[in-house]
Amino acid sequence: MVNNLVEVRSLVVDRGGRRVLHGLDLTIEQGSVTGLLGPSGCGKSTLLRSLVGVQELTSGRVSIDGVEAGGKELRSRIGYVTQDPSVYLDLTVRENLQFFARVLGAGTGSVDQAIETVALSDHADQVVGRLSGGQLSRASLAVALLGHPDLLVLDEPTVGLDPVLRRDLWALFHRLADDGAAVFVSSHVMDEADRCDRLLLMREGLLIADDSPDRIRELTGTRDIESAFLALVDAAEEERTA
Amino acid sequence: MNARILLAVSARVLTQLRRDRRTVAMLLVLPCVLITLLWWMFRDLPGELFDRFGPGLLAMFPFIVMFLVTSVTTLRERSSGTLERLLAMPMGKLDFLGGYAVAFGVVAAAQAALAVALSVGVLGLDVTGPVWLLGLVAVVDAVLGTALGLLVSAFAQTEFQAVQFMPLFVIPQIILCGLFVPRAAMPDVLHGISNVLPLSYATDAMKTLTTTTATGDVWRDLGIVAAFAVTALGLGAATLRRRTP
Repeated sequence: MVNNLVEVRSLVVDRGGRRVLHGLDLTIEQGSVTGLLGPSGCGKSTLLRSLVGVQELTSGRVSIDGVEAGGKELRSRIGYVTQDPSVYLDLTVRENLQFFARVLGAGTGSVDQAIETVALSDHADQVVGRLSGGQLSRASLAVALLGHPDLLVLDEPTVGLDPVLRRDLWALFHRLADDGAAVFVSSHVMDEADRCDRLLLMREGLLIADDSPDRIRELTGTRDIESAFLALVDAAEEERTA
Repeated sequence: MNARILLAVSARVLTQLRRDRRTVAMLLVLPCVLITLLWWMFRDLPGELFDRFGPGLLAMFPFIVMFLVTSVTTLRERSSGTLERLLAMPMGKLDFLGGYAVAFGVVAAAQAALAVALSVGVLGLDVTGPVWLLGLVAVVDAVLGTALGLLVSAFAQTEFQAVQFMPLFVIPQIILCGLFVPRAAMPDVLHGISNVLPLSYATDAMKTLTTTTATGDVWRDLGIVAAFAVTALGLGAATLRRRTP
């Protein structure tokens, strides 16, 4: 039995006088890893911000577990990682997590657990500003894991990470999904597609595909997602000019 | 408002500050150095000039310093994404602002204790009223600076702009607060303007304390300064928006 945790209906968002999202419809299921793939600037972050409830919507609606996104009762149930690591650079990893845990009302046990999950135990008492880029984004990810959220919204969490770490993080996303969370991950790197249960391909504020990676390849008759993406774009262009 | 979250913000701000030893040193030592400079400058001049200017300066430092520190730190919080993250969490806007006000209020108390102890104990500033009340005025003043700093940071896009708000919001208050020219002796229009600027009341309170033992007027002035601070915090909360375009 599949449960849709997130429902997006006819979502339109304008930013700075420009239409960024052109009427999106999508659902996100519990217990799965959904990938949002598309080139940078196509509106991925705006969609993620809409799910978290920090984006002003032009029209349409986004609901999570039947509640309008951004609702008070949702705020401790969503883990959100922005593209820039939003942690305090002058605090240690542990101090950062302790602060956010206090805000969320999550126990101190969850702090150690989150640090362990992102493999930063050896750096827990280091000031975040002195960590490497990869460690920094993992520290930011750890904050999102506090208090076992039902929905994880992750904006390019694996960018610039070493391949081993990337593999480990994807394994982590699947473990979290197996525990019942809905994991929504954006990326502009097409080769991450196969790590997702389901893929949304996005271009210029529109979804051009929404299926499992295998089905998308099958439907487009291609061998990799990058070619599938191109095939879909070409098909759409032809349709428009025809 | 949630006390747990508010205090978590305060504790976090103070931890960050503790990391930044140089800023702490400046916050605590600089006012003392400047007050000493003032005392030294007036030392050989006739008339009790230090007694006339000292109290005003004690009112001014916490205000200016906290205004600057707060506007820059909250702007950093806005631009680094941590504010967006916090507002996506169960964080009330007033918890956030209150947390900052409490943290900087604590710093201001330490700053005021040092500056008042130096002025009264070492440099011989004459205070007729209770000395602790002088300290309290300084703390409320610092909270006012914090509240205004939080408010203006909403209108600044860069740290440069935030610092530029000082000439706009702070210096006119310093000029018109009655330190240079008694407020009653100003042209009517300027006197009227000084009546709606909070620093005027802080300076009045300090002056009253140095001249009489009656504290009724001091409490009234203190109440007015506190009301300005609360209003600025309220307006600041209105500028914090969970949803941004």
